[in-house]
Amino acid sequence: MSDTDSQGIPAPEGHAQIIETEYEIGQDNIETSIGPFGLDIHNPVFLISGLAIIAFVFYALALPEQAEAFFGWLRPAITAQFDWFFLGAADIFVLFCLFLIVSPWGGVRLGGADARPDYSYIGWFAMLFAAGMGIGLMFYGVSEPMSHFSTALGGVTEEGGVRTDWAPLGAAAGNEAEAIRLGMAATIFHWGLHPWAIYAVVALALALFSYNKGLPLTIRSAFYPIFGDRVWGWVGHVIDTLAVFATLFGLATSLGFGATQANAGLNMLFGIPVGPTTEVILITAITSVALISVVRGLDGGVKVLSEINMGLAFLLLAFVLLAGPTLAILTGFGSSLVAYIEYLPALANPVGREDLNFSQGWTAFYWAWWISWSPFVGMFIARVSRGRSVREFIIAVLLVPSLVCVLWMTVFGGTAIQQYVQTGYEAVMNAPLELKLFEMLKELPLTAITSFVGIILVVVFFVTSSDSGSLVIDTITAGGKVDAPVPQRVFWAIFEGAVAIALLLGGGLSSLQAMVISTGLPFTLVLLLMCWAIIRGLQAEKRGA
Amino acid sequence: MFRHIMVPVDLAHEERLGHALSVAADLARHWSARVTYVGVGTNTPGVLAHTPEEYTARLAAFAQAQGVAHGIEAAAHATIAHDPTTDLDDALLRAVDETGADLVVMQSHIPGLMDYVWPSNGGKIAGHASASVLVVRG
Repeated sequence: MSDTDSQGIPAPEGHAQIIETEYEIGQDNIETSIGPFGLDIHNPVFLISGLAIIAFVFYALALPEQAEAFFGWLRPAITAQFDWFFLGAADIFVLFCLFLIVSPWGGVRLGGADARPDYSYIGWFAMLFAAGMGIGLMFYGVSEPMSHFSTALGGVTEEGGVRTDWAPLGAAAGNEAEAIRLGMAATIFHWGLHPWAIYAVVALALALFSYNKGLPLTIRSAFYPIFGDRVWGWVGHVIDTLAVFATLFGLATSLGFGATQANAGLNMLFGIPVGPTTEVILITAITSVALISVVRGLDGGVKVLSEINMGLAFLLLAFVLLAGPTLAILTGFGSSLVAYIEYLPALANPVGREDLNFSQGWTAFYWAWWISWSPFVGMFIARVSRGRSVREFIIAVLLVPSLVCVLWMTVFGGTAIQQYVQTGYEAVMNAPLELKLFEMLKELPLTAITSFVGIILVVVFFVTSSDSGSLVIDTITAGGKVDAPVPQRVFWAIFEGAVAIALLLGGGLSSLQAMVISTGLPFTLVLLLMCWAIIRGLQAEKRGA
Repeated sequence: MFRHIMVPVDLAHEERLGHALSVAADLARHWSARVTYVGVGTNTPGVLAHTPEEYTARLAAFAQAQGVAHGIEAAAHATIAHDPTTDLDDALLRAVDETGADLVVMQSHIPGLMDYVWPSNGGKIAGHASASVLVVRG
């Protein structure tokens, strides 16, 4: 019997400081039915976000050229202005989480002093990980270390006093060993502590205010200590609607990456043409699979797929590790970690940067992307984390996934870099981002099988993101109810796919990235306020062991 | 004939429980059976309760009131589901085993178009439970 078959309601859960408020969950909801479909939706969050998304999809599909020009302008405009804000905020989140681990509040248990976890560590990690990084690891696992390595190796180039190279920091012109260290450090920087700290902040806020304070499971609840009962009014509507937008565009970006990469892989293996048509077919097909998972629910769909994914990803990781330059990778793990720690202060520095292409084009984009994913991943993590202590929670959400990312990047990126260093194999370096993974696998045995597994992984990660994302958006737009009717999840799952298609057709990946950044920006402010609210919330809790 | 009747109840929609409650009470008196009212809650704060304990207390109060109103031996059994939208049937089927009931009396709506796609909870329970199931419509 699995751990999820909880028998009855747990015994009294011990001390927890319920916030007494006049608000009744679901009081603003509209319960109705359209034809045979039952609905239970929050007014006005569902209506505003739903209608805006529909309008957006139509705009991007009807005027793709105009959309492309607009998005092409939007992305650099925001990252150039607000790069310091993204970088500084992310640093604050990391410090905040590290502080909570050592602070006395680390002993507070989510769900009350005596609450017990609903999921085992394995099931829990699988879901955390599949939701948190998923497709990104497949897309960037080889391509990012390789890109940073090759730009660092290329050194600094200037044109009229402006740096034109994309190398991190001061580059490492011609110095292969240092370029590897810098490349790995920069990659781990983007996938290590910072993103997971962003997730941890949102997840902790949601879990705390929902399980310990008895407020509905939506983003606005975290702001109760700041706004009081006003969070049930317009302030809250705005926060929740922002969260829905951020989530949808964050997901759509990943779905776009996934579709592009799956398409590239299918082209290499089976000669299936690359282009919007194939991508649209892929997104549609994969969204259909996600629909099945969403209809099967959290335990029957999402958890099962996450575990399958973790199994497959682990097999691929083990294969590359053993078939690739094993010794170099294993020693690389330690030295990458050391390089990360060494370069961390310089990479995380928010002001006075000279590597603007890198810090704005890579880092600021990443932070915006993680932040736009944070309501989704955070709520998902919160939903499966009841019964953990704050310390256990932060260590599990911050440190364990960071280490797994270091391992993943060292194995995949390290293999590709070693292929170049040892044999001069340049195909990975020269391939476009979405093809780099497959070019790396070409040099290893059993290429056809591993590439196919790679494509399957992209697809299944795609599905797990889409289905857990739909669950989350559904909960937010149902005012925190987790038992809203099935057609609502179906609606959101379909529209995630539709947004991805609309953006791919209206300017491709750069449109997706532009939307992620523009929804990530206001949400960064939301997250900063959240840190303050968490402290306020923890102060009222009884500190456990 | 029957010794233990289980009645699934959705406290958020008491008005929709219709005849099931009185049918169950009549049958219980007829056979001197006891009735267990089963509710499925969540561990996230919901419409009915902030915490699982609050939900359990509310269900117990409901059962007690039914027992007094109908003059029957009544108890409550609360169970949680992670994702009640989809796990409700499984939670109820589990509850049939947990309570050891030999008859389930539950309310259901009149089947419509969507029941071809998603069978009603009553339909699913009748199809899978080891106990006898009486589905009350209207």
